[in-house]
Amino acid sequence: MSATVRPRAPFFTGPRATLTPRPPAATAGQRGSPAVDVRDFDFFYGSQQVLKHLSFTIERKSVTAIIGPSGCGKSTFLRSINRLNDLIPSARYQGDILVEGSSVYAPSTDVVGLRQRVGMVFQRPNPFPRSIFDNVAYGPGLNRLVPKRDLPDLVERCLRQAALWDEVKDRLDEPGTGLSGGQQQRLCIARALGNQPELLLMDEPCSALDPIATQKVEELIFELKREYTIIIVTHNMQQAARVSDYTGFFDRGELIEFDGTERIFTTPAHERTEAYITGRFG
Amino acid sequence: MTALSEPDAPTQPIPVASASLERASRGDQIFRGVLTLGAVTIPVLLGFLVFELWMGSRLAIDKFGLGFITESTWDPVAEVFGAFPLIFGTLLSSVVALAIAVPLSLGVAIYLVEFAPKSIRQPVAFLIGLLAAIPSVVYGLWGIFVLIPILRASVFPFLRDSLGFLPLFQGPIYGPSMLAAGIILAIMIMPYVMSVSREVLLAVPNTQREAALALGATRWEAVITTVVPYARSGIAGAVILGLGRALGETMAVTMLIGNRHEIAASLFAPGYTMAAAIANEFSEAVGDMHLSALAYVAFLLFVLTVLVNAGARLLIWRVARGSGAGSAAL
Ligand SMILES: Nc1ncnc2c1ncn2[C@@H]1O[C@H](COP(=O)(O)OP(=O)(O)O)[C@@H](O)[C@H]1O
Ligand SMILES: [Mg+2]
Repeated sequence: MSATVRPRAPFFTGPRATLTPRPPAATAGQRGSPAVDVRDFDFFYGSQQVLKHLSFTIERKSVTAIIGPSGCGKSTFLRSINRLNDLIPSARYQGDILVEGSSVYAPSTDVVGLRQRVGMVFQRPNPFPRSIFDNVAYGPGLNRLVPKRDLPDLVERCLRQAALWDEVKDRLDEPGTGLSGGQQQRLCIARALGNQPELLLMDEPCSALDPIATQKVEELIFELKREYTIIIVTHNMQQAARVSDYTGFFDRGELIEFDGTERIFTTPAHERTEAYITGRFG
Repeated sequence: MTALSEPDAPTQPIPVASASLERASRGDQIFRGVLTLGAVTIPVLLGFLVFELWMGSRLAIDKFGLGFITESTWDPVAEVFGAFPLIFGTLLSSVVALAIAVPLSLGVAIYLVEFAPKSIRQPVAFLIGLLAAIPSVVYGLWGIFVLIPILRASVFPFLRDSLGFLPLFQGPIYGPSMLAAGIILAIMIMPYVMSVSREVLLAVPNTQREAALALGATRWEAVITTVVPYARSGIAGAVILGLGRALGETMAVTMLIGNRHEIAASLFAPGYTMAAAIANEFSEAVGDMHLSALAYVAFLLFVLTVLVNAGARLLIWRVARGSGAGSAAL
């Protein structure tokens, strides 16, 4: 029924940052340039179109929540940004996504390098069956981001950023799989931070956690946005309202509405959005 | 067990004649009795087997004692027996087999699970599984008529020329040899090691692969650093399964190993295994002492396999701590 709704960009969309490997800490001028720029992106599994002409931008160092009913393509969208969908043989796409100004789908794109710049946290905690230290050191060790002797410092920093350091500092050599579910998820966040990514994708990171662990992760997201751009998929409206600056509502593969979170939750422009948020969704 | 004789009656009380209730519970009792009998039979049989082996080898045990294990003479005429060459040959042929079969099977399993096109995964796995159905004696014949001529004509000379500085690859080339037996054993245990490894790799959750890929690992790095370590205890189980089969395999080995009670450093030299010696000499043994010595060998083979399995299980258990999965596949 409805055509694509162009988001009323609530933020500055000036000239795009030129492609630099790792932009310096945001200065006032850069703050508004988009971290992610989705350009008329379509995605198909075989003949089934799962994402339909998505076009919107995501501001740097903000938290963007993606909400929408099950099966509307939220996970597929996230996995399109780090090209994790490449593994599925029937996957096809059109259009492009730019991360920090560089194309995700250009033929020349180095997918491994892209995935290292874009961290991902999954729905269920999936630590490796290795020590806590090795979990966090996995990315930087693999990608040789830092000399080996600097790894302990990096691991400590990431674990601190993930608010896990105090709980595990005395047992870094114990298996990460022995932690509680909430700790495991924070370990996975620390592991993603190990690569010093520019963008952090979180696919329902709290759906397998109890309320207290959820609260910890939410506080963590609030802290992390000072340094990272975060896109979080969530089924929990309160969570979206609590942690995000912007919210995008997906339905059947379309972006119905994208706006500041407060706006979406108080005066949504679209009735489907309102119906979904208030739980009257059919 | 009372639970068995009390069906879900409480939720839906159906009036049943007491006779039929009784019949049901009697049926349960018979069923239980049969199963218990079955479960008890196996340990009893095992105990009986050990007892028989022990009794059969009493003569040799009394005469040679534990020296039997370290002694190398095997002289049925003088009635002097020592099993060291047999133990040595059993272990060495199995080690050679594992050294060849494990990397190959693991490589095939990884390829089939992670890299092969969808359409060939099942057929190839099925064909390799078929190898397990070929009778041992057929492998032996194939070894004599196909494998040994090839080994003698090209493989052995090539190994001697390129790796001849190692004592393993020196000396005269006959054909029937420790290496030939090891190779045939490798082919025979490959289907087992491959199928179990494949099952174990298939059981590694996709979230592990995705985690590695999302951190910037290539497909290959994800397999080596994540999938295989996750499955390591199960893979160890696959290797032990292969080892167990290699230790006890008799027919094909007898046909290819050369059957000499000797110890040689070279893999080109003939040797003997415990299982092969028992099979070969049992029907021809005349003296009681010879028979008893063979029973002693059988007893030792039994002890060896039990030790290997127990040690392997201990190893798996230690490796499995901190590993994600795999022990379930054992
Ligand atoms: N690997 C796949 N192959 C084919 N279809 C898929 C695959 N993954 C997801 N889909 C389909 O794509 C649609 C969107 O799925 P997904 O992105 O997981 O939704 P969400 O995360 O919003 O619940 C669903 O209809 C789902 O059935
Ligand atoms: Mg999803």
